[in-house]
Amino acid sequence: MASETNGEVTPAVAGSPWRLAWRRLRRNGVALAFLGLFGLIVVFCLAAPLWASEVAHTGPNKSHTLKKLHVGGEEREVVNREGKPIGPQWLEAGGRFFLGADGRLGRDEMVRLMYGGRTSLAIGFAAAALTTILGTLLGLLAGYYGGWSDTLISRVMDVIWAFPVTLLAISLGLALAVGGLQIGPLQLSGSSVWITILIIGGVYVPYMARPIRGEVLALREKEFVEAAEAQGAAPARIMLKELLPNLSSTIIVFFALNVANAMLLEALLSFLGVGVQPPNGSWGTMLSSGLDLLSSAPMLTYLPGTMILLTVLAVNVFADGLRDAFDPKSRLRIEAHSGLSAAESIEGIAP
Amino acid sequence: MGRFAIRRLIGMVAVLFAVSVIVFLVFNVIPSSDPAHRMAGRAASPRLIASINQEWGFDDPLPQQYLTMMEKVFSGELISYFGRENVDERILEGIPATFSLCAGAAVIWLFFGLLFGYLSAMKAGGPLDRALTIAAVAGLSMPIPFLAAIFLNYLTYKTEIFPSGEYVDLTANPLEWANHLVVPWITLAILYVGFYSRVLRSNMLDAMNEDYVRTARAKGLSERRVIRRHVLRNSLVPIVTLFGLDVGALLGGAIVVEGLFNVNGIGQYAYESLKNLDLPPIMAITLFGAFFIVLFNALVDVAYAWLDPRIRLGTSAQ
Repeated sequence: MASETNGEVTPAVAGSPWRLAWRRLRRNGVALAFLGLFGLIVVFCLAAPLWASEVAHTGPNKSHTLKKLHVGGEEREVVNREGKPIGPQWLEAGGRFFLGADGRLGRDEMVRLMYGGRTSLAIGFAAAALTTILGTLLGLLAGYYGGWSDTLISRVMDVIWAFPVTLLAISLGLALAVGGLQIGPLQLSGSSVWITILIIGGVYVPYMARPIRGEVLALREKEFVEAAEAQGAAPARIMLKELLPNLSSTIIVFFALNVANAMLLEALLSFLGVGVQPPNGSWGTMLSSGLDLLSSAPMLTYLPGTMILLTVLAVNVFADGLRDAFDPKSRLRIEAHSGLSAAESIEGIAP
Repeated sequence: MGRFAIRRLIGMVAVLFAVSVIVFLVFNVIPSSDPAHRMAGRAASPRLIASINQEWGFDDPLPQQYLTMMEKVFSGELISYFGRENVDERILEGIPATFSLCAGAAVIWLFFGLLFGYLSAMKAGGPLDRALTIAAVAGLSMPIPFLAAIFLNYLTYKTEIFPSGEYVDLTANPLEWANHLVVPWITLAILYVGFYSRVLRSNMLDAMNEDYVRTARAKGLSERRVIRRHVLRNSLVPIVTLFGLDVGALLGGAIVVEGLFNVNGIGQYAYESLKNLDLPPIMAITLFGAFFIVLFNALVDVAYAWLDPRIRLGTSAQ
């Protein structure tokens, strides 16, 4: 009988690599659990408008400085005279100020947390998509063409690489937050979220383009590329139809890691005041404004901080599972030794 | 070797040149950061602005301004726009604090990262390994300001175990120096501890399945010797690369941590200057940071060739 290692069927009987990967992923309970957690977080954020209109009856940027809550005949100030915001009310006030208010402005913390999450997630995904697309494209071009285009792309990457990532992102963030961005017909005001997305997406490109280029260099020498070339396929066709499918597992894993990194950088930039601009909130800006009230209302820091931590953790663990699923060789190699799954097969994601 | 060194040196200078041009452009393309207007204050007369422009050379063509600035960076005459202080002196003053912060953090993350990675690999699959793996991913996923907030709230505000920031010179009081820096060190190191332990763990597990390890075992070497001489040694080579690159780029992390804990070093100076859009210090600090990144990149290449005799610098410089 064909060998069955760890209950896995040999490729001879199994379907496509995708199916194989899916089968392996399905067996990875931890990865799926964290995917579930991520799903819950996404649902939590997507439900923001619903909660805001049906339960909290307020918006994320609406201030309630002078408002008083009536809870069972008792009157509670949203922001007291010393400027201290009200604590969590849970359901006592009918869901209003479920997690309390966010500071002097007396905005509903729960509503802000949900809306802020939408911003953070959107930035994470959009920036990761940008990094992934640019990184793949540049890696493909540099690796496949070689010669001067490789030299040009690699040198540009070297220069970006030579910047301290945070310093580059902060410089760009500050410059653009003040002046906005104008390239031809495209015009972005300084407070646009797109500026943050462009910056975060941009600074991580070399960290992805380099490994992709390396993989392309190896793939280029394979027979199937030679065969395609012999058939007279154009370079674009070879890159898209021959090379890209072979890079897909790397790209998917990278995308997940990019989301995690982008969300962390968003938190850092917003914390420094050069990411998402007020009054819009993200978990990063909430973390930053919460720090001012750290000793009197630590929840305002812990809540957004925990949300970032959980989201990034979920994405990281799931990305690990994906990597194991797509790279059975390293997984099997390690499983043979340890019975555990975690292989760093991708280099280049330096923190 | 000689040719390699020269090529490498030229490359380093070229990268630094490009970095300086980019920083200069970023801060000169933005209209609202026009320094003369900002220096003159709100209700400035056109005459005042003109005289500031004249004095600081803001009217000169951009390439000329760039050259003047670079000349001043290297002759130590660079003056900041807003504090009107000597930039190079401020940077030199900040070096002890920033260096203490970075070096301490690097020692901590190297020690704990390697320790945890080693333990994890040796006990692979066991409960210790699982716990360490979870901790490592959590460390990787931790937003630095959040971690700093937890430390500040519990260790500084509530219990007053550790003082808040403020750099104390090592030569003045070594004990206070460490006491003030230990929380910033941990904050800066934690992400790398997670990363390094994971890298070492998987490197060691990979190495354990190599033929040379099987051969070593077959020769009858003790398990300890196999691990020390064959597994660990080969697993540490990539760590050297990573470590070099990460230490070189640490200034970026230092900006945030110094800001959070009020460590008065280069990072905090960078942050202040960024807030004021004060180009001269930003230029000098970015060059300073980029210099270390480029330098450590080169050092890593040399170290690599030394550790791995298969790599010959002259031929494999690509």
